[in-house]
Amino acid sequence: MQGETISRDFPAIDAIIKKYGERKEFLICILQDIQARYGYLPREDLERVAEKLGIPLIQIYSVATFFKAFSLRPKGGHTIQVCLGTACHVRGAERVLSKIKRDLDIDVDETTKDMNFTLKTVNCLGACALGPIVEIDGKYHGNMNTTKVESVLKKYSTKMKE
Amino acid sequence: MEITLNGIKVQVEDDWTLLDAAKFYGVKIPTLCYHEGLSPYGACRLCIVEIGEGDKSKLVTSCLYPVQDGIKVRTHSQRVVKARKLLVELLIARCPTSKVLQDLASALGIEKIRFKARYNDCILCGLCVRMCEEQMDAKAIGFVSRGVKKRITTPFDIKSEKCRTCGACIYICPACLLRCQGPEPPSVLCSGCLNFSPPCVDQYKDVMCYLDPCVACLKDKGENMKKGGKK
Ligand code: SF4
Ligand code: SF4
Ligand code: FES
Ligand code: FES
Repeated sequence: MQGETISRDFPAIDAIIKKYGERKEFLICILQDIQARYGYLPREDLERVAEKLGIPLIQIYSVATFFKAFSLRPKGGHTIQVCLGTACHVRGAERVLSKIKRDLDIDVDETTKDMNFTLKTVNCLGACALGPIVEIDGKYHGNMNTTKVESVLKKYSTKMKE
Repeated sequence: MEITLNGIKVQVEDDWTLLDAAKFYGVKIPTLCYHEGLSPYGACRLCIVEIGEGDKSKLVTSCLYPVQDGIKVRTHSQRVVKARKLLVELLIARCPTSKVLQDLASALGIEKIRFKARYNDCILCGLCVRMCEEQMDAKAIGFVSRGVKKRITTPFDIKSEKCRTCGACIYICPACLLRCQGPEPPSVLCSGCLNFSPPCVDQYKDVMCYLDPCVACLKDKGENMKKGGKK
């Protein structure tokens, strides 16, 4: 996904805004649609939205940073969620997380250079008995440790290349 | 409309807040995030007062709470003063370098901060945001993120085209005005002046004191009163 070129696709953005009647009450819906389309909220698009709806850019930025569902940075092809909830934590989730960080050379909330992975953390995925849990694209990988997580990651990196 | 302000029945205008009423009748309520030229925001909660009586009484922010007919307001009840002191303690723990906060602490006679100092440079009072929006009509800055990560910034943390570099946000910021360091090494609570004995009048008979209120004098009076009470 090339953020640069897509984000200048203003007709698409304008269409989204139009769909909601260019009304500022629908700001969140508009942002959701943009996020659904590009996987994140590109800066130029937010500037466009501000201009079209006639609201200050800072207000949009406030909303975009308030909700966890919105991302201001491009997301990778795969989203990794490492659970740091209490149960996973005591079973060594921190170690798994730092292993992933090291292997992918990114920090939490960042995306790898090749746009393959985005790393996130969550507090309890509701499957504590299987902890530590690493969730990738909605699929749960339980009982993780530093060696296992390596092979799981490998699977996803090769899948991407094929 | 009539309300009872600290036990006295007073007439108030319908569109006043409790703070307006207190001010009009000369009752001083400490405020921090309130400014006459800006819309009230209710962030600092220093302006709390107690309304109602007995078990049903509650603390409300007077800068936002509208007057109601017959309402009973106490601006300096024990509960209010205790809560206010706690709030100032928390604020100072967040931002010990602010002169405005240190002054508030002195005025309220706070002598100890029970919380760990964080040395943050913003107390999220929102004065700068309202100043920029309401008086400068620039809308260049605002709150972003939430919870412990909440902070003030421009969109995307870069220089904003909307900002007219007027400096009004800095002018109004209670955290930007740095406190005096005092004669002693900096501690979380400045209150350097609290530690002096009343400096002037007693020792130099001809000197007039223009400090009003002088915290040292106030403190001295308080202690004399305490001693007097015990006798
Ligand atoms: S300096 Fe800029 S951000 Fe601050 S009040 Fe003025 S316009 Fe707003
Ligand atoms: S920067 Fe200053 S004025 Fe603005 S919210 Fe923080 S403490 Fe208040
Ligand atoms: S703590 Fe990780 S799933 Fe509950
Ligand atoms: S002055 Fe009322 S909450 Fe700050």
